[in-house]
Amino acid sequence: MSAPPIARTAAAALLALALAGCATTGADGQGGVASDPFEPFNRSVYSFNDALDRAVLKPVAKGYERVVPEPARDMVGNFFGNLADIWTGVNQLLQGKPGAGFSDFWRVAINTTFGFGGIADVASLMGIEKHDEDFGQTLGVWGVPSGPYLVLPFFGPSTVRDGAAFAAVDFWGDPIVEMTSSHGRRNNAYVLRAIDRRARLFQAESLLEGAALDKYSFTRDAWLQRRRNQVYDGDPPPLDDECAYCDEYLDDEDDAGAQATDDRTGDAPNPPVNERP
Amino acid sequence: MNEHRRFRLAETRAPHLPLRRRLMSAALAAGALALGAGLGFAPAPVLAEESPDALIERVGNELIRLIADDEAIKRGDMGAINRLVDEKVMPYVNFERMTALSAGRWWREATPEQRKQLMTEFRNMLLRTYSGALEQVGNQTLRMKPLRAQPGATDVIVRSEIVQPGREPIQLDYRMHKVGDGWKIYDLNILGIWIVETYRSQFNQEAQRTGVDGLIRSLADKNREFGPGKGSQGT
Repeated sequence: MSAPPIARTAAAALLALALAGCATTGADGQGGVASDPFEPFNRSVYSFNDALDRAVLKPVAKGYERVVPEPARDMVGNFFGNLADIWTGVNQLLQGKPGAGFSDFWRVAINTTFGFGGIADVASLMGIEKHDEDFGQTLGVWGVPSGPYLVLPFFGPSTVRDGAAFAAVDFWGDPIVEMTSSHGRRNNAYVLRAIDRRARLFQAESLLEGAALDKYSFTRDAWLQRRRNQVYDGDPPPLDDECAYCDEYLDDEDDAGAQATDDRTGDAPNPPVNERP
Repeated sequence: MNEHRRFRLAETRAPHLPLRRRLMSAALAAGALALGAGLGFAPAPVLAEESPDALIERVGNELIRLIADDEAIKRGDMGAINRLVDEKVMPYVNFERMTALSAGRWWREATPEQRKQLMTEFRNMLLRTYSGALEQVGNQTLRMKPLRAQPGATDVIVRSEIVQPGREPIQLDYRMHKVGDGWKIYDLNILGIWIVETYRSQFNQEAQRTGVDGLIRSLADKNREFGPGKGSQGT
């Protein structure tokens, strides 16, 4: 999505608000999820984004998909993907992964030359894997906690850390900013990229519709897990407080029918956590 | 729908965008293989002491082959998909444990009949969600990551990737526990998102509002609404 100055200013204001909020709200709102103390606010932004998407971006992307043939759309996607690899490489270096960083720069070099300026992803065909890094992940690697979940207007799911990283750093690390000094051309690039990305999401969208009982919380929980997974490059350590796998709830699995004598209520504050490898 | 674009979703960098959608597309792309490699596996006549990662590798590769060769499955024929899952997947899955963990404390409160219904609806929901991605199964291969488990461990995480030419690999991890002398899967991670963890709060949120019966009803409604032929299944 493009980032008109108004959107950025709004995002920055919201971040300030959110940060102020954390200082006073504490980690856990009443009855809410600890990672989402701003849930009422987030839900309203989520609805706003959703309505905006339905009114504007989705119909435009549908039209784009109908009018532009698929090979051309692939080229558009590859072109923006190639630009994104530059910033990914920079973040790899910032995260202390020079090997991965140079692999990403190598991808850019290959795709920019043999891939005709990036419209063909030759590097992937050669087996040089594409990665996905941004400054929010870099902060995570440096040990900055994610902070509460935050839905940004226009940009969707984020956290206080990732939102701040996006507004303050990622936006300026976007090669589109460097590519041209013409605001008009830059905005065209943003718009095209937004449409391209949106058009890739139709399938995912119907999946979300069908898989979630509550789209808001499903998106939040999946996004936070995915984000943490990204920070640890696919291998996050187990959470200390997670009790998703306690045998607490499985009293009848091994000895059927024993639950009647059990006085645990199941929502005890600190159920025993299983030892995991 | 072409697999190329769909898989590109997983790798396209889009930090400024509704990430949830990219996530979900990635999950969808992985779903085919999740089904294949993921939801479970039946200890066919195997060696008694097959290690958990060897099991995943064997069954995963078999499923990729079976799905790639089966037009009905790739078309999203739920009958064919259900048969495949029953025969080749469920024997390696402890789906009761998976459902119980997802239901959390509500599992304790559920009657045996409710538990059965919950398992049925949950299974249908997962199959429905991921079956749309099966058409993309073709020339993928499974790449196993080293298993880090203590000797004698009875609960492990098996880590793997689906490798596809020219695209970003799809992370696929499994939580498995030892049952008798075999291993069973009880949770699946696609691109960093665990099914149990994700559905745990979905189920809890719904059950808190409407109880176990309400939760079962919501799942059933969802399954009817987005069932086969209702247009949510991709192509």
